[in-house]
Amino acid sequence: MLELKDLRFSVPGTGDRSGTTIDIIKGITMTVPDDRFVVITGPNGGGKSTLAKLIMGVEKPTGGQIIFDGTDITDLPINERANLGIGFAFQQPARFKGMTVKKLLAIAAKQKGSCLECNTYLSQVGLCSKDYLNREVDKSLSGGELKRIEIATILARAPKLSIYDEPEAGIDLWSFERLTQTFEQVHKAHDGRSIVIISHQERIIDLADEIVMIKDGKIEKQGPKEEIIPLLGLYQGADPSCTLTYENLTDATRAAALAVGEEN
Amino acid sequence: MTEATTATATPEATVAKPKPLLTDIDEKLLEQIANLHGMPKGAFNIRKDGKLVERHSSANIEISTKTDHPGIDIRIKPGTKGETVHIPVIVAATGLTDVVYNTFYIGEDCDVLIVAGCGIHNAGDQKTEHDGIHTFYCGKNSRCKYYERHYGEGEGTGERVLNPTTIVHMEEGSYCEMELTQLKGVSSTVRDTEADLGKGAKLVLTEKLLTHDDQTAVSNMKFELKGEDSSVQVISRSVAQDRSSQVFNPLVIGETKCRGHVQCDAIIMNEASVKAIPGIEARSEDALLVHEAAIGKIAGDQITKLMTLGLSEKEAEDEILDDFLN
Repeated sequence: MLELKDLRFSVPGTGDRSGTTIDIIKGITMTVPDDRFVVITGPNGGGKSTLAKLIMGVEKPTGGQIIFDGTDITDLPINERANLGIGFAFQQPARFKGMTVKKLLAIAAKQKGSCLECNTYLSQVGLCSKDYLNREVDKSLSGGELKRIEIATILARAPKLSIYDEPEAGIDLWSFERLTQTFEQVHKAHDGRSIVIISHQERIIDLADEIVMIKDGKIEKQGPKEEIIPLLGLYQGADPSCTLTYENLTDATRAAALAVGEEN
Repeated sequence: MTEATTATATPEATVAKPKPLLTDIDEKLLEQIANLHGMPKGAFNIRKDGKLVERHSSANIEISTKTDHPGIDIRIKPGTKGETVHIPVIVAATGLTDVVYNTFYIGEDCDVLIVAGCGIHNAGDQKTEHDGIHTFYCGKNSRCKYYERHYGEGEGTGERVLNPTTIVHMEEGSYCEMELTQLKGVSSTVRDTEADLGKGAKLVLTEKLLTHDDQTAVSNMKFELKGEDSSVQVISRSVAQDRSSQVFNPLVIGETKCRGHVQCDAIIMNEASVKAIPGIEARSEDALLVHEAAIGKIAGDQITKLMTLGLSEKEAEDEILDDFLN
């Protein structure tokens, strides 16, 4: 179980704001129980990705606590958090000259030698292993291919808590379909593993047990998807196949949706 | 084609016997530079401290001692396919300067693998040096893969110097893939590589260099694309650590309709320095030549990603360097 207690993150201001402090995360408290599928959504610049990086240890909080399975991990380095069971798929994955897809997956799967299950992991993200295993994780891969390989590393690692930062970004429709099925399968296994996905995508939001809406560094709304989705305006007469998210709404619609939520 | 081998008795071979031919240190060096465990199969020539240890020729590959210089001639019969030649060199005597000339005559329509390399173990306080001058004549429509590794070790304070020269003459339609690697432990190196390519010939050359401590490396390369539709691809990957320095001077000259691509990538660490001066020179409007060079430290996002997979910062760095070079 992951617990965030009054988590805060600030950075020094630059330019016109030099000498001031800018608060990115303003005291977030939330819990991700075992076996839960949580989607974090909200407008750009609201602090979603920063929050995910704080959980993984990529950024250091300026206040508050992060507890994972009863252990205070607030000050632990990234790799120790990883070895405790937290995995993170970056929004913009790194490229490695000289490292093959097979090697990266083997490292993720904690195998020193070959990665016996590589075919499965690549298949789960819609890639054919014979075309990719021996390719380098470098600029020869497209953004979408790289993104899917990044997600495959988390599937290979199978951590207790998986965090995906906008897994849909840059992925084509067909691969995305396969990906949502994979997330669903992982969740349906009910093996105690939790998934946290930062997303604006309707299909992913619809998979969630719980939705957390973050805006301006704070949790604006949080609850079961049945309660939160109406606030996002996702299904209010819209074509189910289109992506209509909070971000896409007009200010008036957002205000109306939030007002409905407050009344509820 | 079968690979029947025949032992060739030479005066040098007689000197090296009786067994044991190789010490534990020699065995370790051979493993490092040629991935060998004991004597290789097929044609080979193992040289230690300027003398022959053992040699085998095969039915199609004849190895003989040069008469004008120290070194060997390797003659590969036309049509030889699927055979391998190993010619590793070990230098374990401190204070020795070993200069050797090895010439490969690869007949037409061959397809062969050549594995070379030099390992120095210097336990003393004097400089130990090996200068290998390798010349290749690649016959018409032949294919050749050439791997060369250099490695230095030893508890002594004496320098370990390796100065390889590689000269390649490629005839019409020939293809050559060369991988030249300096693993570690080489105090200084000056590497000279030259090639001239005939019609339709193709050369893919990859150089990988690691320097550390106060080591220095200079790599000079010159490729002349003389034949129509010839092409060369040069890939240089290097890592400079500590206070070491590296200089790269690759030059591709296109004299006719041809294609050339030079790519230098270097990772720089600590107080090291790297200078890359890739050059291209076109003497024909149909020459298509490209060069690119990049020098930089290990990207932070690479370290971070591997740490999210459970590796410590040091393990992540080692993994990135290992993959970059290997």
